[in-house]
Amino acid sequence: MADIEKKITTFLPEAVFEAGQYPTFTVPAEKLPALARYLHDEEDLQFDNLVALVGVDWGERLGVVYYLNSVKYNHWVILKASTDDRKEPWLYSVSGVWQNAELEEREVYDYFGIRFIGHPDMRRIFLREDWVGYPLRKDYDTSRENNPIPESNEESSDTTESFVVGADGKIEKRIIPLFGKEDYVINIGPQHPATHGVLRFRTSLDGEVIRKIDVHCGYIHRGIEKLWEGLTYPQTLHMTDRLDYLSAHQNRHALCMCIEDALQLEVPLRAQYIRTMMDELMRISSHLLFFSTLCMDLGALTAFFYGFRERELILDIFEETCGARMSLNYNTIGGVMADIHPDFQRKVKAFIELMPSRLKEYNEVFSGNVIARNRMIGVGRLSREDAIRYNTTGPTGRASGWACDVRKRTPYALYDRVKFDEVVMQEGDSYARYTVRLKEIEQSLRILEQLVDNIPEGDYAVKTKPIIKVPEGRYFKQVEASRGAFGIYLESRGEKTPYRLKVVSPGFALVGVVDHLTRGAKIADLITIGGSLDYVVPDIDR
Amino acid sequence: MFDFSIVTQWIDALLRGCMPEWGALLIEFVLIGVVLLLLYTLIALALIYGERKICAFFQCRLGPNRVGPYGIFQSVADMIKILIKELITIRKSDRFLYNLAPYLVILASMLTFGCMPFGRGLQVLDFNIGVFFIMAVSSIGVLGILLAGWSSNNKFTLIGAMRSGAQMVSYELSIGLSMLTVVVFAGTMQTSQLILLQNRGWFLFTGHIPMWIAFIIYLIAGTAETNRGPFDLPEAESELTAGYHTEYSGIHFGFYYLAEYLNMFIVAGIASLLFLGGWMPLHIGGWTAFNTVMDYIPSVIWFFGKTAVMMFIIMWFKWTFPRLRIDQLLHLEWKYLVPIGFVNLLLMVVITVFGIHF
Amino acid sequence: MKKVKIKSIPYGDFKDNETLEKIVEELRANGTNVVTGVLDDAINWGRSNSLWPLTFATSCCGIEYMAVGAARYDMARFGFEVTRASPRQADFIMVAGTIVHKMAPVLKRLYDQMADPKYVIAVGGCAVSGGPFKNSYHVLNGVEEILPVDVYIPGCPPRPEALLYGMMQLQRKVKVEKFFGGVNRQEQKPIEEKTEF
Repeated sequence: MADIEKKITTFLPEAVFEAGQYPTFTVPAEKLPALARYLHDEEDLQFDNLVALVGVDWGERLGVVYYLNSVKYNHWVILKASTDDRKEPWLYSVSGVWQNAELEEREVYDYFGIRFIGHPDMRRIFLREDWVGYPLRKDYDTSRENNPIPESNEESSDTTESFVVGADGKIEKRIIPLFGKEDYVINIGPQHPATHGVLRFRTSLDGEVIRKIDVHCGYIHRGIEKLWEGLTYPQTLHMTDRLDYLSAHQNRHALCMCIEDALQLEVPLRAQYIRTMMDELMRISSHLLFFSTLCMDLGALTAFFYGFRERELILDIFEETCGARMSLNYNTIGGVMADIHPDFQRKVKAFIELMPSRLKEYNEVFSGNVIARNRMIGVGRLSREDAIRYNTTGPTGRASGWACDVRKRTPYALYDRVKFDEVVMQEGDSYARYTVRLKEIEQSLRILEQLVDNIPEGDYAVKTKPIIKVPEGRYFKQVEASRGAFGIYLESRGEKTPYRLKVVSPGFALVGVVDHLTRGAKIADLITIGGSLDYVVPDIDR
Repeated sequence: MFDFSIVTQWIDALLRGCMPEWGALLIEFVLIGVVLLLLYTLIALALIYGERKICAFFQCRLGPNRVGPYGIFQSVADMIKILIKELITIRKSDRFLYNLAPYLVILASMLTFGCMPFGRGLQVLDFNIGVFFIMAVSSIGVLGILLAGWSSNNKFTLIGAMRSGAQMVSYELSIGLSMLTVVVFAGTMQTSQLILLQNRGWFLFTGHIPMWIAFIIYLIAGTAETNRGPFDLPEAESELTAGYHTEYSGIHFGFYYLAEYLNMFIVAGIASLLFLGGWMPLHIGGWTAFNTVMDYIPSVIWFFGKTAVMMFIIMWFKWTFPRLRIDQLLHLEWKYLVPIGFVNLLLMVVITVFGIHF
Repeated sequence: MKKVKIKSIPYGDFKDNETLEKIVEELRANGTNVVTGVLDDAINWGRSNSLWPLTFATSCCGIEYMAVGAARYDMARFGFEVTRASPRQADFIMVAGTIVHKMAPVLKRLYDQMADPKYVIAVGGCAVSGGPFKNSYHVLNGVEEILPVDVYIPGCPPRPEALLYGMMQLQRKVKVEKFFGGVNRQEQKPIEEKTEF
């Protein structure tokens, strides 16, 4: 760690060091791009993965916090850059170094109005172009009169803006065309059966071949991060289940863990067991849904029903213990809401027994089918370098040969005590992504098998104070959700509500890679690629 | 075996007895038209119900069961609903072609439907180039689809129509080749003759290897011709929402819906006509007793039975396989089915010339 | 008073029968022609048993809606299974999930594209009232702000049983409606625009 500090201070003496969860450096805005390039390229550092890019309004200053990780060394560093100009805030883009910053910086622009110099496409991403104000700023007027419900359809511009520093040191605006006049542009979405929710792809076609895709998000942007700033910590938990509703347990696990860490709360072992098992059950149910929807997207309608048949069994288990099928509200700060149902172990065991035969059936019905294989093999190939560059974690990253499983890299809950294999494949195509998920079901079953009989007696939760106040500081926690690393960034000022709480969702990175994967593919491939990436739209839009 | 031509001739004689010839003909035309239309609707409704029940069976579900016993009136309810739905007119579309297109599709399948030999002596159109006629009129359907896609002024429908055009024109070739194989073997194009020739045994058995190849090619190409899964690209729901008929509502959409099912019936019917003997009972050369027993089953049952089996197979395809991609679809046709079809045709010629068949 | 019958569920088991009876009373106030009355019944029988939904879902409720279509709950039993992806061919729209400002014009447009007679079901807390996101700057407080809603199904998300119950309530509503002179109103033709290609 001292090594990182030394290297950075040697390269950039102005950087201010600050200890914390990870070494933190406050960097002057104009020096950031050079430092970013250095951190990325330096042999001993190799910070090739931008895990999170968080915009924050610190009152008088607006700024961005960068969380960097090295895939090779698994060490971390945090960078901070800010500006005091609230009228015309400018920062420098790092999208040239880490590709996933492109969408993240657009999000920061959307929320805080910070424009990034050198960014190729400076548009709003979630809100409409005619939106008034920047909602995540502390002084934003949230009243409905400020932004009434729009009645007109949104006009999508065919051009975008980019800003560069000119020769005389002034910031110049450049107009960059997105689509030309001769492009045949069709709208796929927001209401389209294969976009898995309300996502919109403006697709330029050449016959059946896709030339370019411009992704439009925000059709289910619910402003959760702003809402959180007005909620107490136990209240914030309820929103996590509605982000990526197919990773409800894991998401909530992440937030609970983050708050528990900040409070230095010890979670009872029984609760850890239950949490781990619930996470794995959730993962299986999510992967089953993935199987179902991918099959349906590819036109194999019957397989859809098979996936749902088994998913219902897991939902039964959830329902008995948590009292709901989808919005489970189960994890809580310091443990879980309620003890497991007496039938829980029996049903889980029955499920572990049943599932392998059903997986065999899936393989017979779908994986082995010649049409299915032709549709998936070699389609949407993502290389390992690109996976890291775009930060596509989860099964997508692992299918490209990037061992990015948070459960292995920074174990939490009981993952350092159970034996399981991290499924990694090298092909990186849609079929690999599909196979990784089916194999992960097997691994999840293995984890469940090791835990189900050994749940220790004891409390399922520790008692917490009625009003929780998280000590001042900056916290970041990641879990392996069903579709990738799900991060929670929490900045507290010691009050009972969070100062800034941000979700680093895996889906956001996945949607950023769609354009890259579909260039030159057919329309039908877009469906395969979208299905195999398996993003959940409320997770992207938040 | 009961010959339905006795009934038709009796009606004909009755009518001619009490009015001039043109009057009798006129009444017969109207009568046949009405009967065909009725049959067309009934078969389509039964098929829609059947498909829903069969797919439910594949998918561990129950399927419709609320209207009537086992939900048998489900498609009647659908028909009533669809008849009274609003017909939407679209701004900036080619109004005339837009309204014409569904009728063209229906027309094509009606004309082909008229050639079906439903039973012994129960056939509307039967002339010496029957097979040729079927091929010719069935290809009018693609016109309706192309027009629908173009006139709707919608990019999705246009892509759907283009896909459909490419697909149907290509697969027509394979259908033609496999039909030609049968014609070479039989030496006639007249449908009634084709069936009578299968008296000794169905072509599928007497024509052995090349006939089987032709049969399989026909099945694949026929499924593609009806735009059903795994070849349902023109209306691929997950890609093009509803394909070429995205903009159609009410009964206009109903026509496409009906035509899809009827086309499946027609493809299955022609398969049973060409390869499985049409209404001809299962005859095995030499087994007189067996053949007589088989003859007791009415010809109509034979025809519909065979067609039902064929339709079940086509449905089975749809509910099992994923959808192909457009380039894979065309690869399959032009790189595999067409060359195989040509070689097979040649093989059939050799076999017929040298008489190496049963 | 005519009572709507739904197969295998007694009339008294349904909630909110009063609203339904009120609708019937209003419609029958001026008396009904025998012929159109009988025809109405036949048509309404067909319409209520063949309600095709639009495939539309924005969030969690959409997954429960898929579960309703899947094997255990099987909405095909009621004739709902022909989900149409094209709004032109759908009979009702299930607004399953949160509707936000950016989506509102799109949803409105989808509704406008549907052919009459058309219905709207608001599924889940978000579509009913804004749900947990009621205070957000970007969320509609219920879909009724932009569309006329026929049936509300509360829940977060509602159970599949609740969805089926809601759809049956819609069936009941369709059954008591007057088709001639009621639902079947004549819409004005769109204004012609000169187009140049």
